Amino acid sequence: MSGRFAPGTFAPAPGAGRPVRMLLAHARTEASLTLRNGEQVLLTLLIPLALLFGLTLVHVIELPEPRVAAAAPRVFALAVMSTAFTGQAIALGFDRRYGVLKRLAATALPRWLLVAGRVLGCLAVVALQLVVLAAAAALLGWSPSAAGLLWTVVLVVLGTLTFGALGVLLGGALKAEVVLALANVVWLVLLFAGGIVLTTDALPAGMAEVVRLLPSAALTEGLTAVLADGTAPPASTVVTLLVWGAGAGLLATRTTKLV
Amino acid sequence: MSTPAVEVSDLVKSYGPTTAVAGVGFRLDRGAVLALLGPNGAGKTTTVEVCEGFRRPDSGRVQVLGLDPVTEGAALRPRIGVMPQGGGAYPGVRAAEMLRLVAACAANPLDPAWLIDVLGLAGCARTPYKRLSGGQQQRLSLACALIGRPELVFLDEPTAGMDPQARRLVWELVGALRADGVAVLLTTHLMEEAEALADHVVIVDGGRVVAEGTPAELTAEGPDEQRLRFRAKSGLDTALLVAALPEGCRVTEPTAGEYLVTGVVDPQVVSTVTAWCAQQGVLAEELRVGRRSLEDVFLELTGRELRS
Ligand SMILES: Nc1ncnc2c1ncn2[C@@H]1O[C@H](COP(=O)(O)OP(=O)(O)O)[C@@H](O)[C@H]1O
Ligand SMILES: [Mg+2]
Repeated sequence: MSGRFAPGTFAPAPGAGRPVRMLLAHARTEASLTLRNGEQVLLTLLIPLALLFGLTLVHVIELPEPRVAAAAPRVFALAVMSTAFTGQAIALGFDRRYGVLKRLAATALPRWLLVAGRVLGCLAVVALQLVVLAAAAALLGWSPSAAGLLWTVVLVVLGTLTFGALGVLLGGALKAEVVLALANVVWLVLLFAGGIVLTTDALPAGMAEVVRLLPSAALTEGLTAVLADGTAPPASTVVTLLVWGAGAGLLATRTTKLV
Repeated sequence: MSTPAVEVSDLVKSYGPTTAVAGVGFRLDRGAVLALLGPNGAGKTTTVEVCEGFRRPDSGRVQVLGLDPVTEGAALRPRIGVMPQGGGAYPGVRAAEMLRLVAACAANPLDPAWLIDVLGLAGCARTPYKRLSGGQQQRLSLACALIGRPELVFLDEPTAGMDPQARRLVWELVGALRADGVAVLLTTHLMEEAEALADHVVIVDGGRVVAEGTPAELTAEGPDEQRLRFRAKSGLDTALLVAALPEGCRVTEPTAGEYLVTGVVDPQVVSTVTAWCAQQGVLAEELRVGRRSLEDVFLELTGRELRS
């Protein structure tokens, strides 16, 4: 009866794909969608680049010399926050609207892979951003201490997971338009008042105490210690990131909706 | 192959004060096609989403391929294909890219490029999802449901928003699936679709099953019974027409201006009806003879039109 389809074309042969293949396919899709999206590239790459050049070359904010060494950790922290928090929250909000999570949840993709694919995609984008930003900083004369490199990777991964958990918490619970607005407002507030552009030591004492508790300040402070001072990050910065990440992650498992 | 593909009994599901499904039950055998037929809001999507494991039933029993879709979802999902009602891809993803991602989740997927081609999506394989037409999005969604060679597919309103050509393609696909032993549970509010595709039709309305059976069973009536329908100005005196017709014919006006003659409709009856209309000075429009349709069944059971 069906001329177009030879008998047996659809003969059942069900089964799940190999987990590694599923993970890589999912992560690759997530990463390339981010890199293809103009607004995301503006957020994750162009704004941090502009800030790097601005902070280094324009003497508006007081920075220790060499200025680029003080600017780089802040810009790296911003890049992590932009991708893992704002970018992830907005993407998740709209993906839910478009029924992507439901689509993927209906495949053989296990639930843990659904999260792991997004995390890995996000880490890939962050890695790419940092390579570009580090190259730009090097052009501006930046020479980080090699000793801090391993710690940098640890902090960047931890920061990505923490901000990613916060992004999922926001993007997984609310309407896409609300997510879009909130994710941008929070980004802007944390950038200027969250210890990134103005680090906590430049803030008045009472405010610094509070701001120091934010993940944005913790990541900036940690990266500054590691990259500019060549020391291990203060334990408080790691603990702050861990607490925010764990709290947001736990909450998100209860509040995240598929659609 | 002894466990049915889907077995649902006494399924109840409410959203707050709204009872979406109020005691639905049916059974879909392996390799068969079952259509849930009903108007918008009948509870079709809710029923299907419970079977897919996306919603937890308030009460009732649901077994899909012998598994509980909520507690044994991880074992069930690799074996089923799902076409949700609308949506199901990243807004910016290219059609072929999305299908390849879903294919990567399956052990023995069909060739994505072939399926893209078969579904007429080759021309927009690189188009972002949000720029596809509604019908193209539907076809991509169908491809995602079939790519993993499932034993059972759920198609929620598979032809909604499709042009007639694409709709015929989908019908052909469902036929091919059935021929290859894949069980299909589809929902529709189009009676011709249910009639054309399904081995078993379950008519739902207001969250309940109002009738079920094969299309032939549902539309069956007395041995030689047939129906003659025509449209004319409303308010004709049907008693006069009955008097003119042979013994045993009945005439009703189910909705204003729609006339229905039931009984043994032979050529003589047709000519009597047209002659009588001519005598009344009215034109009998859209005159046709046929069997009872699922639409008639629905109308008789609920007093409402299926298509609103
Ligand atoms: N998420 C939801 N929240 C509240 N009510 C819902 C929801 N989904 C469906 N309903 C209601 O449940 C009833 C059945 O809906 P649905 O299962 O989508 O029917 P169908 O697919 O037959 O159109 C409708 O009255 C609908 O408004
Ligand atoms: Mg529906």
